[in-house]
Amino acid sequence: MQKEFTSDQHQFRESLTRFMQAKSTPDDVREQMTTEQGYDTKVWQQLCSELGVAGIHIPEQYGGFGFGHIELGIVMEEMGKNLFCGPYLSTSVMSASALIHCASEDAKEALLPDIAMGQSIVTLVMDNLDAPERVGSKIQENSNLITGTANIVVDAAAADSMLVVATSSSGLGLFLVKANDSNVVVTSRESLDPTRKLCEVTFSNASAQKVGDVDLGTLQRVWRDCSVALAHEMIGGAQYLLSSTIEYTKLRVQFGRPIGSFQALKHRCADLLMEVEFARASTYHAARLLDATTTIDGVAETEVYAPHMAKALAADTYSNVARAAVQLRGGIGFTWEDDTHLWFKRAKSSEVFLGTPERHREWMMQLMEGETS
Amino acid sequence: MDHNIIRREVTDWLEQNWSAELSLIEWRNRLVDGGWAAPNWPVENFGRGFSVDETQVVSDVFRNKGVVFASQGGPRRLAAETILIHGNDEQKQRYLRQTLTGENAWCQLFSEPGSGSDLAGSSTKAEKRDGRWIINGQKVWTTSAHHADFGILLARSDWDLPKHQGLSYFLINMRQPGVEVRPLRQMNGHASFNEVFMTDAEVSFDDLLDGEGNGWAVAASTLSFERRGFAQARQTSGVSVERVGRVYDEYEAELAIDNEPYTWYPQRQGRVDLVLDRAKQTGAIASASTRQEIAKLLSMKRASELAAEQAEATRRAGTNEVIPAGSIGKLAASVIARQAAHVHTLISGSEAMLSGEHSAENGMIAETLISVPAISIAGGTDEIQRNIIAERVLGMPKEQRSDTGPFRDIKRNIDS
Repeated sequence: MQKEFTSDQHQFRESLTRFMQAKSTPDDVREQMTTEQGYDTKVWQQLCSELGVAGIHIPEQYGGFGFGHIELGIVMEEMGKNLFCGPYLSTSVMSASALIHCASEDAKEALLPDIAMGQSIVTLVMDNLDAPERVGSKIQENSNLITGTANIVVDAAAADSMLVVATSSSGLGLFLVKANDSNVVVTSRESLDPTRKLCEVTFSNASAQKVGDVDLGTLQRVWRDCSVALAHEMIGGAQYLLSSTIEYTKLRVQFGRPIGSFQALKHRCADLLMEVEFARASTYHAARLLDATTTIDGVAETEVYAPHMAKALAADTYSNVARAAVQLRGGIGFTWEDDTHLWFKRAKSSEVFLGTPERHREWMMQLMEGETS
Repeated sequence: MDHNIIRREVTDWLEQNWSAELSLIEWRNRLVDGGWAAPNWPVENFGRGFSVDETQVVSDVFRNKGVVFASQGGPRRLAAETILIHGNDEQKQRYLRQTLTGENAWCQLFSEPGSGSDLAGSSTKAEKRDGRWIINGQKVWTTSAHHADFGILLARSDWDLPKHQGLSYFLINMRQPGVEVRPLRQMNGHASFNEVFMTDAEVSFDDLLDGEGNGWAVAASTLSFERRGFAQARQTSGVSVERVGRVYDEYEAELAIDNEPYTWYPQRQGRVDLVLDRAKQTGAIASASTRQEIAKLLSMKRASELAAEQAEATRRAGTNEVIPAGSIGKLAASVIARQAAHVHTLISGSEAMLSGEHSAENGMIAETLISVPAISIAGGTDEIQRNIIAERVLGMPKEQRSDTGPFRDIKRNIDS
C-alpha cells in the first residue's frame, strides 16, 4: 500500500490550499456564519467547477472523477484548516456515501452526477447522529409517504433534496424527498458552531421515492466513510490551530522574553505535535484502507476498526489543540474578536458528530475482539 | 551493485569459508579478512563500501544460512563506528578487527552522577602528567562495564574553556588498577548497569580520539549512532542459536553476556502484547471503563507505528517536510508504556500487589509495573525530548542559558 502522497496528490492539495487561502479567510468565515444558508453560492460553484471537488471520489460511471478516499480526505483536510463554509460534508461526503453503499443502480445513475458536478445540494437525514444502530425509529415510511422528525440535520436549509433513512414495512430504507415539498418543514436551529448549519426537519406525509434498502451493515459502512472524512477535516483544523498558536507564543512577550521560551508552554506544544502526528498518520491510513478494500476486488478487509480509531484520535487531538490554543493566548484567546473560537467550536461540533470518541473506541474494541478471536 | 551479484558472491564465499566447527574467533577473523564482517564500512577498513540496502542483502543471506554475524553487542558497535569515523589509521588498526571479532568488549563512559541530561557538563578530569593522560572521576549507568576490556570515555581536559569546548574523548583500558567497577541495583531489582570509579587511571596519548577539545563533537557522533541503533537493532540481530557446532556454542555464550542487561527491556516498554489476552482471561474485558483505556492504549501503539512508517515514507520520497521521527518516537514509547502499565493495573486489580514467578504471567506483569519508569528517563528524558521537539521542530525560542563562560565558574552539583 502506498504510504506517501503522489506528486499529483500534492499538486491537488496545493491548488486547494491556494483556493482556501484566497476564498476562506477568517473574515469570509465570519461573514458566512451569520447567514442562514451558511455559504457563498458563487464560491461553492467556483470551487466545484475549477477543482472538481464535489465528485472527486465518485466513480466515473456516475459522473465523478473516480478518485478515492485519499483525495476526498485531502479536500476535507484543506477545508478543515480554513473552516471552509459550504455544503461539502452533507452533499459530497454523507449523501454520496449513502447512495454508493445503499442505492439501486438506477438511483445512483439518476442522483450522483448532479452531486458530482456540485449542481445539487443534498443532505442525509438520519434521526440519530450518535450511533448507526439507533437510526430509524423516529421516521416512518408508509406507501411512499414519510412522517417523522430528525432534530439535527446538516445544511437542510440549503438542500434541494434530502435522502432520508426511514423505517418501512420491509425494514430500513433510503428515500428521496424534495426539500420544497409543502409537507417538509425545515427549521434552522441555533448551533454552538455557527460554521456548521443545523436544522430540524419534520416530515408530515411528505412524498418520497425509495432509492434503496438499508441495513445495519451498510449504515455502518456509511458511518465509517463519513468518520474518516470528518477525521481529515479535524486533523486539518488541528494542524492549522497548533501552528498558529506556536507562532503566537514566539511573538508574545511577558517577563521580558517570548512566552514560547518557557518550558511549560514548549512541553505542552511538543505533546500536541505528537498527538497531531499520530492522528494524521491514523487518518491517512484509514483512508488508504478504505480505498484498498473498495477499489480492488477480493482484497480482504483488514483493520476494519481503523476508521473508528482515526475518528477518536482526531477528535481528541482537535479538542486538546483547541483548548491549548485558547489557553496559550491567555485573555485574548477568550475574546470574540480573536479567531481562535471559530476553530474551538468546530472542534466541538466535529467531536460529537457521528459518535463521541468514547463510542468510536467501543466500536473499535468490538471489531478488534472480532478480528483476534 | 546488482543485488543478485552480491547474493551470489557472498554465497560462493560462504561455501568456501563457513564451518560450524570453527572457533568463534577463527570464524570471525575469516569474516573480517573476506570483507563481510561490516560490508557497509569503507574498503580500506575491512568493508566493501556497501549501501544500507546492499548490506541488507548480505545480512539476509547470512540469516538464511544460519551463519554467525560479526559481533554486534551494543557498546561494541558504538565504539567501532565512532573509531571508524573519528580515529586515525593507527587507532583503527589497533581496535577495529578485535571489536568485529568480539575479542574486545566495550562500555560507554558518558553519564555522571553530576551530569545526566546535561551530558556536556562532565566533570571527570583528564590531565596530562608524565607523558600520559591521568583520569579522575566517576561515571554511572555504564552497561556491561564489568565485562568490558575498553571504554569510550568523555572527560574534561580544560576547565577554563566554555563547557562544550573543554571536553576530550578517550579510549581507556578498563583492565587497570585505577578503574573500579561496581554494579548499580535498580528499583526493579535488576543490576544491568554499573558505577565506574577512576582514580589516577591512565590513558596513553595515542588513545585520545580526534584531538584535544573535540570531545563533544565525537560524543555527538556516538549518540547519533546510538539513536540509529534503536531502529536497526531489530533487523540485524543475528541468528538462532539452536544449532549444533562449536561456533554456535561460543556465540551463545557471548550472547548470554551481551543480552543479560536487557532481559527486562520488553517489560519497560509496557508489554502491550499481553494486554488483550490478559483482559480476556481475567474477564476485565467486560468493564466499559477498562475497554476505553485498552482502546486508547492500542490506538496510541498503532498510531505510533503508522506515524513512524509515514515519516520513513516521507524521508524516502525526499520531500522537505520535517518530521521529527526520533524524538517523537522516543516520547511516544514513554506515553505508551505508562498507559500500558495503567491498563495492566486495571486488568490485574488486587493481584497487582503480587510479584515473582507465582504472580501473573510468570512475574512479567509485576516486572512491567516497576520497570516502566525507566523508559521515560533512559536515553534522554521525556522532558529533554520535549525541549528538542519544541526548539528544533516547532522552532520555539531557546531557554535562556546560565552555563556560558569558563566551565570552572559554572554552578555545578556538590562533589562533582
